[in-house]
Amino acid sequence: MIEIRRVFTHLEEIRHEFGPVADVPLLRGAIGAVLTNPFAGRYEADILPMMDALQPVGLDMAQRLLKAMGVEVDRIATYGKGAIVGAAGEIEHGALWHVPGGYAMRELLGWKGDRNAYAKGMAEKKTGQPGNALSIVPSTKKVGGPGAALDVPLTHINASYVRSHFDAIEVRVPGAPAADEIVFFLAMSTGARIHARVAGLKATDISQWDGLR
Amino acid sequence: MLAKIRKIIVQTDEIHTEMGREVHPPVRKALAMAVIENPFAGRYVENLDELVSIGEELGALLGARCVQALGIAPGDAHSYGKAAIVGEAGELEHAAAILHPKLGAPLRLAVEKGAALVPSSKKMGGLGTAIDVPLGHKDAAFVRSHFDAMEARVADAPRANEIVVAVVVTDSGRPLARVGGLKACEAQGVDGLR
Repeated sequence: MIEIRRVFTHLEEIRHEFGPVADVPLLRGAIGAVLTNPFAGRYEADILPMMDALQPVGLDMAQRLLKAMGVEVDRIATYGKGAIVGAAGEIEHGALWHVPGGYAMRELLGWKGDRNAYAKGMAEKKTGQPGNALSIVPSTKKVGGPGAALDVPLTHINASYVRSHFDAIEVRVPGAPAADEIVFFLAMSTGARIHARVAGLKATDISQWDGLR
Repeated sequence: MLAKIRKIIVQTDEIHTEMGREVHPPVRKALAMAVIENPFAGRYVENLDELVSIGEELGALLGARCVQALGIAPGDAHSYGKAAIVGEAGELEHAAAILHPKLGAPLRLAVEKGAALVPSSKKMGGLGTAIDVPLGHKDAAFVRSHFDAMEARVADAPRANEIVVAVVVTDSGRPLARVGGLKACEAQGVDGLR
């Protein structure tokens, strides 16, 4: 069911955006895996087996992205995910990425929840204790042609409302997806927008540990 | 460093299958780009030496980033290429100053040897403009399996007073190359052509 045709990585080292030059550049990264869409060209009622089959793909991609970024895991501050489904597929095929994509990164970053429970639609109980990767992984998806661009949202890994860390990264794989392909993306960054200054909840003020604030 | 760099982008592309057939070993390409300030934006300047020196710096920096991204020994590189996109307050000659006089020597050091010409492309452009960086075998330009290209673009660059400089290094040719011509294993790599 899983055939990985191509793997594409993208890294950005941002030193400034016409303001003060950062002491430590912001690092943003994304990885895209181009897979054969096993459901291309027809309506398939039961597509859930692929969600399970994608779990190891997600883990491998998350690890490869972290390695490509070349930073320690504790420097990862934001994450996001996305999918572009080729023309012979449907948007629902992209939705298969919600569990395997999100939980792969969350586990890599130290999340201790139960992914199987989540896969069944049961979100874990928040303990109110400090932890890692407590936030939902924001996502976006579309049906698109070869080279289509996707703006993958990024938010803070522990509290979705941290305003300085709301960001997005444009990703695309030249030449993909072909009609019978899906590109699944993961994205991470090491911090806030390079010149963040629109107030709101700060990462240092996270207090509820509920994944939101 | 002379170059005022706003951001550096590094991409890798790894092709495992093509037309249902396994590509073994996978085709792997790396692209490194620097977004720099154009010191001559908005005016005509006769002497472009500053951009020539910036090109020399970037040949070393971007060549090394590509080799690092591929995770290979420098001598294992197969092909290379370079390109620049000049923002609208600059001129095409600014790309030429960066790319042609001095960028090649440090890039060749980064990939060892490099007897062949480094194929190049250049254009004027705005934010997100794409440029196809031509690729050729680094030691013998006529190696047909290694004629290729990699698309390069930066979503938020070049601004009018910026230049995007791109270098690509690969450790392979096209996937499933089969249109004949000089093979990499037959190349002598002396005159840069064959």
